[in-house]
Amino acid sequence: MNSDWKGYRDPTLALLREHDAKVWSQATIHTSRGDFTGLILPRSETADPEHVVLKLANGYNIGIHHDTVSRITVHGRKEAHYKIPEKEFPNDPAKPRVKLFGTGGTIASRLDYRTGAVIPAFSPGELYGSVPELADICNLETEKLYGVFSENMGPEQWIGTAEAIAREIEKGVAGIVVGHGTDTMHHTAAALSFMLQDLPVPVVMVGSQRSSDRPSSDAAINLINATCTSATSDIAEVMVCMFGPTSDQYGLLHRGTRVRKMHSSYRSTFRTLSDIPLGKVDKDGVTPFCRDYNRRRGDNKVTLNTKFDDRVTLVYYYPNMKPDIIDSLVDNGYRGIVIGGTGLGHVNKPLYPALRRAHAAGVALYMTVQTLWGFVQMYVYETGREIMELGVVPAANMLPEVAYVKLGWALGQTHDLDEVKRIMLTPVNSEITEREPHNGYLVFQGGIPEVDEFISQYWK
Amino acid sequence: MAKHLEIHDTWLSNPLGSYGSLSNDEYTDLGLKVGLEIHQQLLTERKLFCRCPAGRYSKKHNAEILRHMRPTLSEMGEYDGTALMEFKTNKEIIYLLNNDSVCTYEMDDAPPFELNPDALDQATAIAMLLECKIVGEIHIARKQYLDGSIPTGFQRTTIVGVDGAIPFRNRKIRIRQLGLEEDSCREVSDKGHLRTYRTDRLGMPLIETVTEPDMRTPEEAVAVGQILRRLVRTTNSVRTGSGAARQDVNVSITGGTRIEIKGVHSLRAIPRLVHNEVLRQRTLLGIRGELERRGVKPDGIKDNFVNVTTIMKSSDYQSLQNALAEGATVMAVPLAGFDGLLGLFTQPRTTFLKEFADRIRVIACLDDLPNLASSTDIVPTFSSSQWHKIVKICGVPSETPILVVWGAEKDVHTACQEITIRAREACVGVPSETRQAQEDGTNGFERILPGPDRMYPDTDLPPIQLADERMAKIAAELPETPWARQAKLCDIGVGADLAERLSRHQAYDLFWHLAKRLDEGVIFNPNSLASLLLDRSCPQQPNLEAAGAWWEEIVDRIVGGKIIPEGVWNSNHEPKTAIDEMTGRKLFEAMLAEIPKDGPADGRRREDFVMGHVMRKLRGKVSGRTVRSWVKEALP
Repeated sequence: MNSDWKGYRDPTLALLREHDAKVWSQATIHTSRGDFTGLILPRSETADPEHVVLKLANGYNIGIHHDTVSRITVHGRKEAHYKIPEKEFPNDPAKPRVKLFGTGGTIASRLDYRTGAVIPAFSPGELYGSVPELADICNLETEKLYGVFSENMGPEQWIGTAEAIAREIEKGVAGIVVGHGTDTMHHTAAALSFMLQDLPVPVVMVGSQRSSDRPSSDAAINLINATCTSATSDIAEVMVCMFGPTSDQYGLLHRGTRVRKMHSSYRSTFRTLSDIPLGKVDKDGVTPFCRDYNRRRGDNKVTLNTKFDDRVTLVYYYPNMKPDIIDSLVDNGYRGIVIGGTGLGHVNKPLYPALRRAHAAGVALYMTVQTLWGFVQMYVYETGREIMELGVVPAANMLPEVAYVKLGWALGQTHDLDEVKRIMLTPVNSEITEREPHNGYLVFQGGIPEVDEFISQYWK
Repeated sequence: MAKHLEIHDTWLSNPLGSYGSLSNDEYTDLGLKVGLEIHQQLLTERKLFCRCPAGRYSKKHNAEILRHMRPTLSEMGEYDGTALMEFKTNKEIIYLLNNDSVCTYEMDDAPPFELNPDALDQATAIAMLLECKIVGEIHIARKQYLDGSIPTGFQRTTIVGVDGAIPFRNRKIRIRQLGLEEDSCREVSDKGHLRTYRTDRLGMPLIETVTEPDMRTPEEAVAVGQILRRLVRTTNSVRTGSGAARQDVNVSITGGTRIEIKGVHSLRAIPRLVHNEVLRQRTLLGIRGELERRGVKPDGIKDNFVNVTTIMKSSDYQSLQNALAEGATVMAVPLAGFDGLLGLFTQPRTTFLKEFADRIRVIACLDDLPNLASSTDIVPTFSSSQWHKIVKICGVPSETPILVVWGAEKDVHTACQEITIRAREACVGVPSETRQAQEDGTNGFERILPGPDRMYPDTDLPPIQLADERMAKIAAELPETPWARQAKLCDIGVGADLAERLSRHQAYDLFWHLAKRLDEGVIFNPNSLASLLLDRSCPQQPNLEAAGAWWEEIVDRIVGGKIIPEGVWNSNHEPKTAIDEMTGRKLFEAMLAEIPKDGPADGRRREDFVMGHVMRKLRGKVSGRTVRSWVKEALP
């Protein structure tokens, strides 16, 4: 579709063609409700094909139904060119070199007020224009790997990203930042934790919960925090760096294998489950909360292992789940099934034959808990013992999504189920922990007086 | 004073007159144009973009959230002036939340919910009353605000209608647009680098009526404001009460600039605010003229900031002492060419110097007042020897005005820059600003006026169609406009003044209900009926819903000759029964005989004296006109 009629379809497209009223024309549209004068804008592809979009002199956009139009008078036309003036990211030899890989999501943007477009800013120069504070932290280079919504990220992109990071580490870099959509940031973080081991530098994943065009966005602060962490921190791990509280106070650094997006929209959505975060980061720098983490090293070596078998699935058990679900997975060639079971790791009896059949077919079966927090413990109840006898392996306190990613990675290494089990149950980096501290599960209920009192005092 | 520094513009030498001192012609000569932007809360159950209850105000809060605002660069590679200004202030913003009145939407922790359809219908109805052209599809826009009054950093706003008009005296006032948008937070405090807001009001639906600058005098501005307020109230879909309606007034004079005065809570405050702004703009233009004659140009004003901290260490000026104790920096800024200008009054009780003090307070956040000392201050701040030293270290002639600011180093540096910026603007004329209305009718600086470019589409919600069917339904339920009502009343013989008043009175519906009866050849006419309903105190309310049945009965009895219209004007609950002329005449004669011999002897006064006496028994039973004719006959 050429840009003259961008986004318009019939019947409105026919109307515009009839009057030669192209997009970006200044025009007066004569309608049954009166005359409206302004700039004809492109039509969004997800909006209906019935209206013309006009930007009025007062800056507002309106829609005009094609049926109400009697005539269009075109006064002139000036095409839009989305151009961001290029600034150079200042280079300071004394500052550490950080590489930012983009996979999707908009960590920074600019606004073209004339057209209303939000233009992603990604090159170092563009980022410098939006977030000049970055130049105080590091010398930044950027590389766009992918440009996808994060729900479209998968093993192919995980592998590509891991390889690009490894290449960069081998060249010598102070730290890596990965810009990523927030929906599946934790899946990618887990994948990178397995594919990149013994890191010598931090690999910090970052995104923004609220679009970066808005003044209140968490984007700039997240980016500053992530860059600061990757440039200066001695925590050489795969981490997710996002807001701690919903206030602009500090960011948290979460281990890639224990982090999860816990709310559909809050900026404070990312949480470490069943453990405490690695640390926090704010304008004073990084403050670790733990002592046991991989520390920064001076060499440029990293262990890259991107083997992956994507014939794995995650099944969320629900009451009355029928065995045909499991049967059809097996019949369709899946080699690994992670189950999110209820309670301590349970499913109903009717599924037993299907699970037995799957095990006999050589499918790897692992149990995790829907409750997300807590350990699988299948000895306590008869149900659990029976399920284990069918060949389902308890996955301790691995998060369901992390177990799904790890199983694909394990099956990528081997199809020997005993070896797969050894891999699955040997933690690479805290995806299974030996113990869950009391402060690993802190989900407080609103409405309880002491809690409300605490929130009113501290939760800024 | 040196000749070239003499003031030439007589406006600058004359004292400023308060509101009432300028005639309408003088306002016209100055080229005064006034426009109104009226924000009115709609009476809905819920807010505009979420399902929180609307109108639930409280001083209590359950939580606090801290945010900062960052400006977004535009395609021009520049920041919007306002955004840049707010960013310079570097404020920390605290929001106070109450769980009863806000949800995750208000704090920008969740995307918007569907736009409140009731609010949209109500806004469309008002746009139709204003005779606006209604758009085919509503597109939600984001209008950026960086002062923190909206946690997202932008307000979601829409336009429903454009290019309307209302009749006003012999002409029309044009309505530029009618929009529907969400209300902002209420400011609780603003001190230094910390600003606190309460969020209960945030998100409530507002309509915004913007007029063209068609008003020519302060009086016209308030009159139009009242008409618009009455008009929207006829829909019964607006909130009333304190804070439910706010207006901004736009004022400009020839050669001046459109200034937006915000925060005008009462319509009555408008005339004085407009008048004082006229004075301010005219004075600033006068100052520009003086600067021009003196050869002072914007690029001739360099950044000349002199550190005088050491000199001022021994000062006994209280504010300075306190600041110095906290490690303040003190800077001096000489303003060559501004001799004799800083002390000129721009508004009542306000000098040109305040333009600088305001900028320093708002942008540099030096809000411990006084935040500025001038070598031209009539009441001296520092000792003459200190000023002497300051002059010396600045290296300027002793008559050159020098401004001194103090505070935290970074803030003082910002303050010095703002002084220079304002000085340059003084050479150009009236800077483009948003100003804040003060209680006393003057105004103060609030922020640089934002450009028109602060808006861009909100893509979180789809556009909303306003189809012809929906429009027809709204149109069918529209109340009559006051002017349509007036026209109808005048058509059946009600006088213009009575018609204007009746058109907005609670008796309007009752009038029509009763006027139908007047065809029955009755004693009184529509004009009298209007006068009766509006001006006479009656035993029952002149309101169809409240007392329609009683009024029906009254008219029945008038039609049936049982009572006369005047009989209704009684302090008792029941009108007096009318009496026929013969009985009335008899009573009259009887009373005439009892009249005291004293009192006025003759002429009109004798007549009135007698009338007063006899009407005691006849009032409400026989028409006054009839009795007076009897009295005239009876007296010599």
